[in-house]
Amino acid sequence: MTMSDSNSMLNSYDGPSPALEVAVDIAKRGALIAPAVILVGALIWGSAGAASVAVGLGLVLVNLLLSAYIIARAARISFAALAGAAMFGFLLRLGIITAVVLLIKDETWVDLVALGMTIIVTHLGLLFWETRYISGSLAYPGLKPGTKLIRRSDRESVAS
Amino acid sequence: MSLASNALMLAQQLDATDAKNANAAIGAGFAYGLAAIGPGIGIGIIVGQAIQAMARQPESAGQAQTTMFLGIAFTEALALIGFVVFILLKFV
Repeated sequence: MTMSDSNSMLNSYDGPSPALEVAVDIAKRGALIAPAVILVGALIWGSAGAASVAVGLGLVLVNLLLSAYIIARAARISFAALAGAAMFGFLLRLGIITAVVLLIKDETWVDLVALGMTIIVTHLGLLFWETRYISGSLAYPGLKPGTKLIRRSDRESVAS
Repeated sequence: MSLASNALMLAQQLDATDAKNANAAIGAGFAYGLAAIGPGIGIGIIVGQAIQAMARQPESAGQAQTTMFLGIAFTEALALIGFVVFILLKFV
């Protein structure tokens, strides 16, 4: 790393936080699908499954929002702080998920299989869903929920 | 009495359930520990490269941050899978 590179590590990012925008958008989608996911959990595992699915979905959304918030706050301090925040944020969030699951694991209303499946499936599912919208528009802020893809012929007719 | 004969006596006292629980506990510990190493390295690489991109091209910092956030979240899924395996081995 050269001297100019190390100095630029002390720069900060002052613009609006795209990570937070993406996380809030994921949370909205999560809230949208929550009733359906809880219903599926209730049908497969019963009332304990429904409660576990709700807790699992909540954990996933809080995890993503907390991740984006930490990144956004650290980026406003400096890029060096962002590097540290990414590492300690990873530890912190894994610790929170572990603590919550260990605290509730013996409760009668918890089904650990349903909880574990929900954490994996909703985390990956919501991310893939969000990626579909982000990759649709590469320009910053790169987030246009609800934007329909326009056919090339329509685009050319508008341009002409 | 030697250490080996002590271990042998202890092993004879253990029944099949104890041995299964012990193996599950060891497996769960390894699963969670090993599953956290890979994502840790991956997140380090992602953040390092994104910071380099933001430092070199501040005008594209927003786009780099979006990509970095998604990269972190996808990589973290591996750690979550390891955590769920740990839970299932240890408590179910």
